[in-house]
Amino acid sequence: MEQNRYLTVTALTKYIKRKFDADPHLQDIWVKGEISNFKAHSRGHMYFTIKDQQARIQAVMFAGYNRDLKFTPENGMKVLLRGEVTVFESNGNYQIYVKEMQPDGIGNLYLAYEEMKKRLEAEGLFSQNYKKPIPKIPHYIGIVTSPTGAAIRDIITTIRRRYPIAKVIVFPALVQGVNAGPSVVNAIEQANEFGKIDVLIVGRGGGSIEELWAFNEEIVARAIFQSKVPIISAVGHETDITIADFVADLRAPTPTGAAELAVPHMAELSERLLVRHTRLLRAMKEKLVSDSKRLDTLKKSYAFRFPKNLYDQKQQQLDRLVDRLEREGAMAISRKQEVFQKLSLRLQHNHPSEKLIRAKQKQDLNRKMLLKEFTQILKQKQFAFSSQVSKLEALSPLKIMDRGYSLVYDQEEHLVKSVQQVEQGNKIKVKLSDGHLDCEVIEIEERQ
Amino acid sequence: MSEDKVLSFEEAMEKLEQIVGHLEEGDVPLEKAITYFQEGMKLSKLCHDKLQHVEKQMEQILREDGELEPFTIQEEE
Repeated sequence: MEQNRYLTVTALTKYIKRKFDADPHLQDIWVKGEISNFKAHSRGHMYFTIKDQQARIQAVMFAGYNRDLKFTPENGMKVLLRGEVTVFESNGNYQIYVKEMQPDGIGNLYLAYEEMKKRLEAEGLFSQNYKKPIPKIPHYIGIVTSPTGAAIRDIITTIRRRYPIAKVIVFPALVQGVNAGPSVVNAIEQANEFGKIDVLIVGRGGGSIEELWAFNEEIVARAIFQSKVPIISAVGHETDITIADFVADLRAPTPTGAAELAVPHMAELSERLLVRHTRLLRAMKEKLVSDSKRLDTLKKSYAFRFPKNLYDQKQQQLDRLVDRLEREGAMAISRKQEVFQKLSLRLQHNHPSEKLIRAKQKQDLNRKMLLKEFTQILKQKQFAFSSQVSKLEALSPLKIMDRGYSLVYDQEEHLVKSVQQVEQGNKIKVKLSDGHLDCEVIEIEERQ
Repeated sequence: MSEDKVLSFEEAMEKLEQIVGHLEEGDVPLEKAITYFQEGMKLSKLCHDKLQHVEKQMEQILREDGELEPFTIQEEE
């Protein structure tokens, strides 16, 4: 029972460690102090104690973090640390795991630098979207730096060497000390007001981090950001990177580098110009050569060399056509004549005169026959007639009356053939062969 | 015409490049080609002059009163 009240060392240590790890303040802690017992392990990690007058704490900075240190830590050096405090279980001690370390003094500046850098970055001052292009061939080059010192000399000699036709205007500024920031800002503004500046180099030569500090100031950063003129920054050496470098449209590692970035090289331009000039001449020459070749070709063409041939051929053709026309024409006529002759021969063969003769012969024959027939018929008819006449004469009532017969007519001149046609007292006419008698019926006696 | 405008070296180079490009394409009528060529030669000369004509440009410094004055590099002692 009693035994259960005792924790193991491990459990206790774990418990304590959880307390440390649960505290957000200990996760990201800023500490300042002095280094002692500094030991750089062969594997790259750094072990040391950080202390002040009253206290001390174990510190570890692993290789992954200390690789970027800009200074070599030494015993007695005052430093600013940033890291995490936790318990190292196997030793039972708590220690700070250092992630960043700066020498104190400058360290203060560094903290401010880091803080401002984050803020300006978040604001977008470093964004590529706002970077202005640097003109390829500037006319006016402005320099914001100290009128004395290596930087201005390096910049100007480089410009003279590469591109002596550039116009250089120096906008003098203090580049170190308390007034450096405002002075640089003022010079940048002057360069913008000047109006003609195509590109502005802002910078200074190398120096300690305190000496370069003006280029980490926020007002300078903002002045660079607001400048209408594209700015090339050139602060210190290759390894010095200031806020100004982040905001500038282009960062040069050194002042000489800035001058090289600002202006093209004359020789290079001459070369480019020469290339274009040569191309221009060649293109024109080629154009002329090709055009005159075309012209020559056209001039040499068959039509131009033997223009007579153009119509000679036509003449020949015409002659041939005329010949053909005549020949064909004559032939056509003779063919027609032949046809005509054949036709007229056929026509002659079929002439009606023969028919006429034949018809006439036939007609004569017919006529003779007709006459002969007619005469015969006439004779027959005459004979028949006279026979008939003799017969008729024999039968004529007058002949009969000659023999004593008479004809009786009533008053209406009707022939009386019966006694019944008349009555007693009727007047009647009795015709005789040589005249007539007017008589009256006296008596009618009918035969039984 | 373009002559009225003072071309910068860069503009002149740009124009020269365009003209050379046109000429090199080859489809340009002769009259147009000649015009291009003349303009190209003029631009080429202009650029050449700008490059050659190195009148010793004096560096200048802006004084506190806003005036420009010649600037000479002070050699370090």
